[in-house]
Amino acid sequence: MAAENAKKAIIPQKNPMPAQDPVIRAGNFNEVALGYSEEAVIAEAERCIQCKNAPCRQGCPVDIDIPAFIKKVAERDFAGSAQKLKETNALPAVCGRVCPQENQCEKYCTLGKKYEPVAIGRIERYVADRELAAGVKLPATASSTGKKVAIVGSGPAGLTCAADLAKLGHKVTIFEALHIAGGVLMYGIPEFRLPKSVVQAEIDNLKKLGVDIQVNAIVGKFSTIDELMENGYDAVFLGTGAGLPNFMRIPGENACGVYSANEFLTRSNLMQAYRFPETDTPIFVGKRVAVLGGGNVAMDAARTALRLGAQESWIVYRRSRVELPARFEEVEHAEEEGVKFQFLTNPTRILYNDDYWVTGMECLRYELGEPDASGRRSPVPVKGSEFILEVDTMVVAIGTGPNPLIPKTTPDLAVNRRGNITADPETCATSKPGVYAGGDVVTGAATVILAMGAGRTAARSIHKYLLGID
Amino acid sequence: MYEIIEKEELGASIKLIKIQAPLVAAKALAGQFVILRVHEEGERIPVTIADFDRAEGTITCVFQEVGRTTKELGTFEAGDCLKDFVGPLGVPSHIQNYGRVACVGGGVGVAPVYPIARALKEAGNEIISIIGARTKDLIFWEDRMRAVSDELLAATDDGSYGRKGFVTDLLKEIIEDKGIDLCLAIGPLPMMRAVSDLTRRYGVKTVVSINTLMVDGTGMCGCCRVTVGGETRFTCVDGPEFDGHEVDFIELARRSAVYKTQEKVSLDLYEEKGPRHDHQCRCGGEE
Ligand SMILES: Cc1cc2nc3c(=O)[nH]c(=O)nc-3n(C[C@H](O)[C@H](O)[C@H](O)COP(=O)(O)OP(=O)(O)OC[C@H]3O[C@@H](n4cnc5c(N)ncnc54)[C@H](O)[C@@H]3O)c2cc1C
Ligand SMILES: Cc1cc2nc3c(=O)[nH]c(=O)nc-3n(C[C@H](O)[C@H](O)[C@H](O)COP(=O)(O)OP(=O)(O)OC[C@H]3O[C@@H](n4cnc5c(N)ncnc54)[C@H](O)[C@@H]3O)c2cc1C
Ligand code: SF4
Ligand code: SF4
Ligand code: FES
Repeated sequence: MAAENAKKAIIPQKNPMPAQDPVIRAGNFNEVALGYSEEAVIAEAERCIQCKNAPCRQGCPVDIDIPAFIKKVAERDFAGSAQKLKETNALPAVCGRVCPQENQCEKYCTLGKKYEPVAIGRIERYVADRELAAGVKLPATASSTGKKVAIVGSGPAGLTCAADLAKLGHKVTIFEALHIAGGVLMYGIPEFRLPKSVVQAEIDNLKKLGVDIQVNAIVGKFSTIDELMENGYDAVFLGTGAGLPNFMRIPGENACGVYSANEFLTRSNLMQAYRFPETDTPIFVGKRVAVLGGGNVAMDAARTALRLGAQESWIVYRRSRVELPARFEEVEHAEEEGVKFQFLTNPTRILYNDDYWVTGMECLRYELGEPDASGRRSPVPVKGSEFILEVDTMVVAIGTGPNPLIPKTTPDLAVNRRGNITADPETCATSKPGVYAGGDVVTGAATVILAMGAGRTAARSIHKYLLGID
Repeated sequence: MYEIIEKEELGASIKLIKIQAPLVAAKALAGQFVILRVHEEGERIPVTIADFDRAEGTITCVFQEVGRTTKELGTFEAGDCLKDFVGPLGVPSHIQNYGRVACVGGGVGVAPVYPIARALKEAGNEIISIIGARTKDLIFWEDRMRAVSDELLAATDDGSYGRKGFVTDLLKEIIEDKGIDLCLAIGPLPMMRAVSDLTRRYGVKTVVSINTLMVDGTGMCGCCRVTVGGETRFTCVDGPEFDGHEVDFIELARRSAVYKTQEKVSLDLYEEKGPRHDHQCRCGGEE
């Protein structure tokens, strides 16, 4: 098959992803990208030339055997393909949707040198969705080791760590602060990019593996790490994420109508305020919304604002278009839907009326100066360039930090100066014996797949630690 | 699911529920709160821990029916279950021997004052409690408060019980008569503001417990931000108690009213259609 393919003329472009029409989708919360058809996924799988050295694999943080899972698709063995994916990726339906593939697996694809790379993520999504629809075959689990592990946080890091440990025969309990498991996958990333039913289906599979999920359980409040360990947990994994919102610290930031992206997105996603008053949690969106920042979070907030009825939704970013940290596809989708951009702009002050409601922001224009430590040219303000952007809703999406609760209640847990838990990148071991950490709480806000990679590494280390293997 | 094992009507639209929640009860301290949801579509609402019993594994909450969620909660009876219940949240009250402490509770605020007054009493303080309400029907827990106080005074706006007037009138007399070392005030925002304005004049340190809007209650969303002494603080993790002389009450009042329009829509829908779910004893059912 592979040899045959190699002889065939290469189709230069990816099979296109069907998507909802931009005008229609900007008014609903249904998923934007609709997923491949069977014909399309097979055609796309056949584009893969099955490189012996598989350069694509080095771009995947969980080292999926990419040619192997794609080959099975080309052979129409979808179940077998799903098995292959599941060997290393506990949440393929999620990754196929939200991985920044252009910077990861697809970046290294041989085809990408001359043509468009193989659409690895889209194929992955198809295979995973098809498996979820058909009912997942559970992987074999080892016989019980009698060891108990507590996982703190149910984001991708915690879920992956839990799945791997359960398969190895350990008794796993996840403690989650919120009332629903899934972390950012549930409260942050909007329904229109990652349907919540997909996340919950993956979580249900985890429960079938025997993982116990305790929601409404804040570690550091109902129990400290030390107390968990005194009460029979042999090891602990911390996957508590980076949930603490940064603000600008400029005047007027507490005015009514000014949200952190976390609040705005949590109200809309986790609390389903987009269905208000069918649900009880309200959200406010005015006519003109400005979102500060340029990452995925900012794009999600700006696109959510449009769907909640804003007439104009602005992204205000202090660098230029090329520096936007958001995924290219997300920027493109946002633009198609009508999100507008103010580049090289930063607010200095938030204006409000007598009722303390935001009415606008005073901004400065910037130009790009010398490259800074990160290699990006840093923006410098242009003197006298003040102008006012009139808005009635503002969302601050300028990053997040780790929640200090666990370090504060665990004195022997080392953190760095930013408050991130210090963990060995090779093993995820922290300064505290038996306690491991990974994901955003260690690296700072990063990606789903990196968090999953860390969860997997930690599971391996915890397994060795519990069984006393070196 | 968290079962309600006791329910009591304390006054007009003021209700008490005792909830089985052993993990929360094991750690609860005076001054902390919980966040609960009544059902699947419900809002997360913060409610103060008015009492706890570690042996029994229960938390007692007292709430006033003011909007959709609290009205719906009011229809829950013993045997019914809450969908979600998480805590204990917030920083516990700082308890030490200050000397003479005035504990001022206004309206439903008497409930959160009670466990703090009790802890302060146990720490050796002389407790002078002042409870106030608009009218007699809204006075509750006088017996409980009396049991942890050296002296108890009551005031109603309409004079139907205790002294006619405001709690601040009684507080002023006490400060002038014998002086106090600390004032603790919990109640409606205008009351806490009035108490803080009064005690500032006498240089009496004052602690208030503030009610901001909240979502997660863990420091994740920033919905609960409040300006205290010129700095932004998160009520759910830095509070809910703050120095009453430093709190920006005007900002607090404005931020509490952000969803006025939506709250009305939600309440009207409730009045028209009634509770969203039949919540009759679903404990032990699914999950
Ligand atoms: C809006 C948004 C869009 C994003 N888009 C993308 C994208 O397109 N692609 C991508 O790869 N990445 C994206 N990311 C980043 C990605 O979601 C995160 O990097 C990833 O979720 C981190 O996973 P985690 O498991 O470390 O933590 P989280 O997903 O943050 O999960 C941590 C969990 O721990 C819980 N928790 C915290 N403290 C405690 C405690 N003390 N006790 C119990 N539970 C606790 C939290 O409630 C939370 O549920 C996005 C992030 C956001 C916010
Ligand atoms: C830390 C904390 C502890 C609290 N403890 C108690 C308690 O022990 N007993 C009790 O009855 N209430 C308490 N509250 C207030 C309670 O959370 C609100 O009354 C409740 O959220 C109202 O919900 P609703 O849907 O019934 O009314 P809504 O329709 O949401 O609101 C109706 C009215 O109540 C006001 N309101 C709404 N939410 C809050 C809020 N979070 N704080 C103050 N006012 C609000 C609104 O401005 C409006 O005027 C506490 C609040 C906080 C932050
Ligand atoms: S998990 Fe992400 S990086 Fe790995 S193959 Fe799938 S899409 Fe690519
Ligand atoms: S590099 Fe591209 S073409 Fe080669 S095996 Fe990987 S996906 Fe297929
Ligand atoms: S309620 Fe979300 S940070 Fe306090």
